[in-house]
Amino acid sequence: MDYILGHINYWIIILLMMIGLYTMMSKPNLIKKMAGLSVFQTGVILLYISLGKVTGGTAPIVAEGFTEYSNPLPQVLMLTAIVVGVATTALGFALIVRIQEAYGTVEEDELEKMDSEV
Amino acid sequence: MIDQHLSVLLVVLPLLSAPITAMLNRANLAWYITLIVTSLCLVMSVMLLLDVSSGQVIHYELGGWAPPWGIEYRIDSLNALVALIVSGIGVATSLYAKRSVENEIDATQIALFYATFQLCFLGLLGICLTGDIFNLFVFLEISSLASYALIAMGSNRKALTASFHYLVLGTLGATFFLIGVGLAFAATGTLNMADLSVKLLESQDVQLVHTAFALIIVGMALKAAIYPLHLWLPNAYSYAPSVVSIFLSATATKVAIYVIIRSLFHVFSYEYVVNTLLPEVLIVMGGVAILYGSLRAINQTGMRKMLAYSSVAQIGYMIMGIGFLTKAGLTASLLHLFNHALMKAALFMAAGLFIYRVKTATFENIKGLGREMPYTFAAMIIAALSLIGVPGTVGFVSKWQLLQAAIEQQHWTMVIIILIGSLLAIVYVWKLIEVLYFQQREKIRVHGVQSGSEEFGRSPLTMSAALWMLALMCVYFGINTDLTMSTAQSAVEILFAADGGQR
Repeated sequence: MDYILGHINYWIIILLMMIGLYTMMSKPNLIKKMAGLSVFQTGVILLYISLGKVTGGTAPIVAEGFTEYSNPLPQVLMLTAIVVGVATTALGFALIVRIQEAYGTVEEDELEKMDSEV
Repeated sequence: MIDQHLSVLLVVLPLLSAPITAMLNRANLAWYITLIVTSLCLVMSVMLLLDVSSGQVIHYELGGWAPPWGIEYRIDSLNALVALIVSGIGVATSLYAKRSVENEIDATQIALFYATFQLCFLGLLGICLTGDIFNLFVFLEISSLASYALIAMGSNRKALTASFHYLVLGTLGATFFLIGVGLAFAATGTLNMADLSVKLLESQDVQLVHTAFALIIVGMALKAAIYPLHLWLPNAYSYAPSVVSIFLSATATKVAIYVIIRSLFHVFSYEYVVNTLLPEVLIVMGGVAILYGSLRAINQTGMRKMLAYSSVAQIGYMIMGIGFLTKAGLTASLLHLFNHALMKAALFMAAGLFIYRVKTATFENIKGLGREMPYTFAAMIIAALSLIGVPGTVGFVSKWQLLQAAIEQQHWTMVIIILIGSLLAIVYVWKLIEVLYFQQREKIRVHGVQSGSEEFGRSPLTMSAALWMLALMCVYFGINTDLTMSTAQSAVEILFAADGGQR
């Protein structure tokens, strides 16, 4: 029990990642796939933030009375990863719009049927 | 002064020119900028290669921050070789691009197309040069995002779904890689590759390190389209605009394979890798990829899809060489990296010329076209022979090396598979030649374009010139192997050096 509670943040992160992965694989709707992808990426962002947290540490700003600081590097890295994630999501949705215009549907099974007909 | 900053200029130059190209938004100007930028990058990467050819390593500290805190660009023969491939193919593709892009891309989008192309180019160069593993991830995403956008510009609507699949799978791969990097960071507290390799050596048996290793390799394997993670590749390459197929088929997967090699030897170490299951897995997957890719290639009804499946097979040769984990095997892999870039780019260029002529490259529509376009056809044959591995072409050099490496390791099954792979290559190349040369032309008009009409009567000079340049290089490097061989060998020496090449 202690093992589970002690690593509760990691369990939640794993749960988030699995929800994201499952959504991506199981849903035929392209928009839901993108949602799954975003959830998966959010899981990774939380993973990094958890890595940098030092118990009892504060924000890494030098000030009197504080000796322990959290590691700021993972947070900086995740700023970059968030930007990348936003760009990916935006591009994905742009593609979905174009697919809707070209095919008239965003359901993967219908898209596959239409592709194999031609 | 310029000399010192060469390594970073390679990345900064296209990074500056891409937004300028997008903002100027002038089609012709965009092409000139692209050609000039890629040519300058080629010159710089040749200078870099000469600088490191005697075995030393260039360290460049970005912004003067000393590694492992700052981002470091670290260049040895291996990086320089891959950077040379990327920039060389970049120049050839830009030369080829002008008329092909005018023909395939909407006039209002041409400038943006070139800007995106430059971004993709810069991302791939960045991956080659950086010595910081998180920086590598960022460049990976820059190049991937640019390539999703480029692929989606294809004229067939299937390009959209192909691009979307690539986006989902590519992002998944990159995110796996990112998790792996995070876990490696958790185990060591550093992101600098050289620093990582030292610290990972100390904590080899930690569970965390095994997980990080698995995630990094699987993530990159997705990007490199290693069988069975190749599913995004055939559609993406066959529905993208010709220029994009040429550039991506010759560079994107190669760069991903470079990252795998770098991770195996310089992030994790030879001692670590040799004790894992991975070498056997790579060898077997390489063998399966060769057979599967070649067999699927035979069954295709379109030239570009056939070439794409052939790429899956050729990637099999490269990872098999890595799987042997010997100097001979790795030399063969690196040679094939370079050689395959030349021949696959040439073949996709030929396909692009057919598309320029008749708007499509399915076998039905290009019947007998070889007789109408003898020069294109001749150049294509040289590249196709190279794909089979006929002596006197580059394909022979690398396959011969790989065969020797397999015999040295006494992997007899793999020896047979390599030979069968070449036989299957003969089958699909012959099929292509038969369609192009021996079958009668059925339809003169395809999609409203009269073949032999004034507008499409001649292949544009720039396109043919780029194709012939690569085809002749296929022969040149097949006969004179000094440059490629010595570079590949010195890269392998550095990979196997006990100190991880830290000089």
